[in-house]
Amino acid sequence: MEKRKEIFPLGIPGHNLGEIEREIDNTEPPAWPINEELKEVGKRINRIDARAKVTGQAKYTSDMQLPGMLYAKFLRANVPHATIRSIDTSKAENLPGVHAVHIVRNTSEEGEASETFPGVKYVGQPLAGVAADTLDIAKEAVSLIEVNYDEKSFVIDLEDAMQPDAPLVFDAPMGAQVDGGDVGVVHEGDKGEGNLRGPSTSSFYGGPRGDVEQGFAEADVIVEQTYRTQVHTHMPLETHGVVIDWTSDEMLVYASTQNTANVRNELADYFDLPKSKVRVICDFMGGGFGAKHSAGSFGPMAATLSKKTGRPVWLMIDRKEEHLAEGNRPNSIQTLKIGARNDGTLTAIDQKSYGTAGVGLGAGVGRVAQVLYECPNFRTEQYDVLTHAGPGAAWRAPGNVQGAFGVEQAIDELAEKLSMDPLALRDKIDKSEVRRVERMRGAERFGWSQRKKAGSSQGTIKKGMGMAQSCWPRFVTLNSSVEVRVLNDGSVEIRSSVQDIGTGTKTVLAQVVAEELGLKTTDITVRIGDTLFPDGPGSGGSVVTGSITPPARNAAYEVKMKLFEQLAAKWETESGKLVARDGQILHIEDASKKIAFKEALRGMRTGQITATASRTNDYGGFQQPWGLAYGDLGSVQFAEVSVNTDTGFVKVDRIVAAHSCGRPLNIGQLESQINGGVIQGVSYALYENRVMDSSTGHFMNANAHQYKVPYSMEIPEIEIEIVEEYTASSSTDAYGIGEPANIATAVAIANAVYNAIGVRIYEIPITPARILKALNKVYE
Amino acid sequence: MKKNSKKSHAEGHSKGLSRRGFLRGAGLTTAGTVVFTTGVQAFEAHTQPAKGTSFGPGSIGIEMKVNGRMQSLTVEPRTTLATALRDHLSLTGTKVVCDRGSCSACTVFIDGKPVNACITMALDVGDREVITIEGIARNGELHPVQEAFIEHDASQCGYCTPGMVMSCVHLLENEENPSLEDVKAATRGNLCRCGTYPHVFKATLSAAEKMK
Repeated sequence: MEKRKEIFPLGIPGHNLGEIEREIDNTEPPAWPINEELKEVGKRINRIDARAKVTGQAKYTSDMQLPGMLYAKFLRANVPHATIRSIDTSKAENLPGVHAVHIVRNTSEEGEASETFPGVKYVGQPLAGVAADTLDIAKEAVSLIEVNYDEKSFVIDLEDAMQPDAPLVFDAPMGAQVDGGDVGVVHEGDKGEGNLRGPSTSSFYGGPRGDVEQGFAEADVIVEQTYRTQVHTHMPLETHGVVIDWTSDEMLVYASTQNTANVRNELADYFDLPKSKVRVICDFMGGGFGAKHSAGSFGPMAATLSKKTGRPVWLMIDRKEEHLAEGNRPNSIQTLKIGARNDGTLTAIDQKSYGTAGVGLGAGVGRVAQVLYECPNFRTEQYDVLTHAGPGAAWRAPGNVQGAFGVEQAIDELAEKLSMDPLALRDKIDKSEVRRVERMRGAERFGWSQRKKAGSSQGTIKKGMGMAQSCWPRFVTLNSSVEVRVLNDGSVEIRSSVQDIGTGTKTVLAQVVAEELGLKTTDITVRIGDTLFPDGPGSGGSVVTGSITPPARNAAYEVKMKLFEQLAAKWETESGKLVARDGQILHIEDASKKIAFKEALRGMRTGQITATASRTNDYGGFQQPWGLAYGDLGSVQFAEVSVNTDTGFVKVDRIVAAHSCGRPLNIGQLESQINGGVIQGVSYALYENRVMDSSTGHFMNANAHQYKVPYSMEIPEIEIEIVEEYTASSSTDAYGIGEPANIATAVAIANAVYNAIGVRIYEIPITPARILKALNKVYE
Repeated sequence: MKKNSKKSHAEGHSKGLSRRGFLRGAGLTTAGTVVFTTGVQAFEAHTQPAKGTSFGPGSIGIEMKVNGRMQSLTVEPRTTLATALRDHLSLTGTKVVCDRGSCSACTVFIDGKPVNACITMALDVGDREVITIEGIARNGELHPVQEAFIEHDASQCGYCTPGMVMSCVHLLENEENPSLEDVKAATRGNLCRCGTYPHVFKATLSAAEKMK
């Protein structure tokens, strides 16, 4: 392919902004200047679908109503471990209004080939489904199904499950789950003894480094501690579910999903259909946070019921089912040992973790210990422990939020032992330039200089300040494609299967295309979340913006160049002399040659000009060819808390969140996502917790009123510092913010609590009971 | 929180039916109804037992005034107002999230008062008027709260947004000069899992300014 050279902005405006020359393919559009010089990109542009949301017109999967549609409901296991002797559905089938009952059969994937029904391994496991005229009838029918269980002993608690005589969750090898969490290189499910699986000792950044024992021998100071984090669930407001209409022609699926293309692929695979005969649509989606990448068990169930009845089937699970069965962030017990010299230089990091993702895998603690700081000697062992509880799923920066909770408290503790300011220690050991700027700007805004010595706050309510930071890899999905078409009335359409899960993907796509075509964001029609269109990425790993906006710009550029060629021929000039700006196409040398964008389209030979582009390689190449970019998405967050030492109640007063995501595309939407990451971090630090009864195996707070998350009264003041950072990586040079926003908050709060009361809390959530215990105000 | 009567917004904004007329309403009349509000009043219960007639289990025909129009629908007595609105009248802006009155996603107004439609029975509505999120904009003209939600990016996934808008509209229709604390109090029952609260607060305070 022909190449050319372009000069790109490089670095951080106000700090070290410079330029770099890159050789790029000729099909790539010209370099964009920094945001200050752009019109639509990098601005506060209203979300293009906001009106539909505020008027109630937005149609989510749960809102779909198709002609003749039936409502479906699952029957779920109410014991944690059993074999099923029999299931009697006769009463349910005879209930007026019931159209079909389907029992889940054993597919022998779990090595229990002789059984008719799959073995029950957790409370909430789907056993059967009913389709009826109304949801109320379906619920009643489910209550009429009789299941005869042969109950077995079970184990719920992580530490109990690690005992050699613990009841086994799987007595046969198991595979990795689709929705699994992130432990770097996922270990094989058949490695390990008893309920233990693993360990995972490496990630895509590599394996262990150096000699850890030697590193500790060279250390002047060593910090060693055990940290514990809880299981918490995603609780998206719209639950998991689908509406499926399986006719003889095709399977039409409305799905509340973070990945339309993957849901299509799974259903096509499950039912042995060509991908072209399964269409998945997700226009509006009511929250996912990592758990909604799969067709799950609800997809096949709804499809089967649709096939049996010949009618569309609505199957959205309820709040309790959502908590029980559709994902959670696994817990962790992590021991972390860090050695350093007196000047702060790290000499060794040794990490070992155990976590349970219930009947699933993926309970590791991520890569924060491995890559956040320079350290020549590093080792990690991350174990999964199987328990009789609902499966874990990826949850906003999977693994890394747990891992950061240990690492960033340990670094805080190390700073104190070394009599260094926590920011100064990080300046010494963190090589990231963007985090250096974030620490500087964030500290200034936060008033870090006002921070007092730990435990020195006077009075009953003690104030404290803390900070923590995080890293998240920049990766992109190379299988990310988008079509841009311009119609002969001047209207512009963007089409891709990529979905907008509330992050604002529709709007940033429109902004990028508008900028390229010299139009306004509101001029662009965005049709995404439909597998009729080219495959877009799944909304996970913060990959969407970095994956799909460059091809959107490239496709718009290609369309524009085709239009310019037609126009240049008419004007008898060269297409290279034309530009699109302010809704017009202009000749750069001849002021008489000027036409409104819409007018220019009228003379076209065809009804549209269209182009489809896919994500090209980063301009400077990748760290790993599959799409791991250089650098990382860094954040630094500061927290101020009040701790009532009489009641143990902790209130987060203020968070300053300094973040980078390459070239920011939409400031309002970025702030929204950062607010959300911070608030979920507050929730993880202080409130939410899956409470299991280990004597019955039941999830005791599987609802919205006892599963405590923050509401308006618990929201701290949040200030956001967005640091623009140009890396000349792609035609938009933009990345996501979803995961980075959530990693540092909880541990920043834990460090602030320590600063307030002078006693460290090593376990979240930081409840009043834990504070009072730490202050020796309660006795066990 | 102090109560101010609205001066001119309602008249200025709505065409035809007076907004103030139906938002203020005439209070609760139907026996046996339990009303949770999303903030302004914490809890209000009518303990008088229902008299006489029993219904069900089969479906019966009822009439209900929704967003200014009389609607006829056939529902089972166990049908909640949320189900009646969503499944029978296709007014799907009202969302069901917790299904037991703890998240306010299903907030609608009954005679001007915010209630959770998921724990209100359709038969208990009686002759009172229901306003849903679909009835907040009039003739295509958005309420200032809706305008401000757009301008301040006060929705992410958007699933809590209808309930959040209802709570904030109710606040501003009853309080001319709300403080940040008033906005927090008005939305204290509204669950938003995306964490959009800071923008909701900003939007509502900005809408209050514009409504003056």
